Amino acid sequence: MLNAEKKTCKYNEQLCKYYEQFKAHCVRILALSNDSLEKTLNVALALCLVCAVLVSIAFVALRPLQVHNKALDMKTNILDVAGLLQDGVDIDQAFRERIESRIVDLKTGEYVDSIDADEYDQRKAAKDPARNEVIPTDKDIASIRVKAKYTKIYLVRNGDQLQSIILPVNGYGLWSTMYGFLALDPDAQTVQSINLYDQAETPGLGGEVVNPNWRALWKGKKVYSDKGDVALTLVKGGVDETRADAVYKVDGLAGATLTSRGVSNLIQYWMGPEGFATYLNKLRTNG
Amino acid sequence: MDKETKKVLFEPLIDNNPITLQVLGVCSALAVTSQMSTSLIMALALTSVTACSSAAISAVRKHTPGSIRIIVQMIIIASLVIVVDQILKAFAFEVSKKLSVFVGLIITNCIVMGRAEAYAMKNPPLQSFVDGIGNGMGYSLILILVALFRETLGSGKLLGFEVLPLLKDGGWYVPNGLMLLPPSAFFIIGLIIWAVRTWKPKQVERNEFKILSIAHGEGGHH
Repeated sequence: MLNAEKKTCKYNEQLCKYYEQFKAHCVRILALSNDSLEKTLNVALALCLVCAVLVSIAFVALRPLQVHNKALDMKTNILDVAGLLQDGVDIDQAFRERIESRIVDLKTGEYVDSIDADEYDQRKAAKDPARNEVIPTDKDIASIRVKAKYTKIYLVRNGDQLQSIILPVNGYGLWSTMYGFLALDPDAQTVQSINLYDQAETPGLGGEVVNPNWRALWKGKKVYSDKGDVALTLVKGGVDETRADAVYKVDGLAGATLTSRGVSNLIQYWMGPEGFATYLNKLRTNG
Repeated sequence: MDKETKKVLFEPLIDNNPITLQVLGVCSALAVTSQMSTSLIMALALTSVTACSSAAISAVRKHTPGSIRIIVQMIIIASLVIVVDQILKAFAFEVSKKLSVFVGLIITNCIVMGRAEAYAMKNPPLQSFVDGIGNGMGYSLILILVALFRETLGSGKLLGFEVLPLLKDGGWYVPNGLMLLPPSAFFIIGLIIWAVRTWKPKQVERNEFKILSIAHGEGGHH
């Protein structure tokens, strides 16, 4: 009997001894009454271990796929707002070839080259106390409370020519903080497109911010009035195209007053002096 | 398939439906049914969690101390839900974005806990697995039915395809905004329960107590 056991032990003697002890322990525990304290503790411990291992394996094994999905999703959103998203286009390739990421300091309106723009995750930075700043309540038009110190923008080039400026925006709607991109013409004034890619507004009402028909209404609208104020806003009841200020008005969403107000607010905030105004001014004067 | 398995598998569809008869799991039925695609994925996720957790809980049932019974069930359910959530994020990213927190909330879904406590703790693993599938299917059936009404009437589409051409796109249908809000699911589930109980009067619950007439004065109910 002893010999037989020794034979089955192919590996380290000490390990085998532990294994035997562990087996004996399990057998003894399993035989205990369910109500005993020892069994309760042992069962709880064993179960936690098994479950923890299961969850960790799933998390670690699927992580690369998830990261890839997320990155691809973000690139898709950016290509979409840039108008470069066609059927069958290779997202990674199109992004690499056409889009340049830059970091901007909103206060000075200057580019910051000390941060790697490709690695910079603005939404993460906005939540990190070391890398964000709290927006004073009286200035917090978009109800977002905090923003990242540095902002990541995207420039779309066609050869040497600047084709569009893509700016990240966010603001609170009815239920959720909406995250999106606004694409402007190189004149830093005319809207090309808007893409509110992450929101949890009421499907069919506020959720219609993703509706292509509504998004198409934004094309050609102007952001700044002659005085330089942010004039672009959503209005109720349709835009009267005959009026001179129609170029500053976008038809609000039917049945979604609060979401529409949220979108107006986020434009007001991010295009204003707290947002991209300084940067866009510099861009305009420097050509 | 023997008679018992069949009963365990198909009874929860109508005769013992977790939503319409047991009135469990209504919360997520309200939340995710505004679109058919999210409902289908949710149904699939819940069915797999219920089946696997029932099987796992049943497998350890003889060694589960009574004092930590519920915690043991919760740990197993929660682990499985996290795994399902991770899988969705990796392989069905678009849908998982739409389902957002509701996958995580399967942990607290009463159907999963209910089946664990009512069935898996007393029956062998294989049967518990089948019971989980059956109850998952009963839940799925109602979800699909509710989503069918909500998506068609609320946005004129089904699985993203146009069913009723909308007025604003040049058609004739004016969508019903209420259908897209969670309360509409309450109405639809209510109507379904009414329909099922009219069809099968056996499901109508007996009053738990009789209201005494004032003449009898105070007194316990019998």
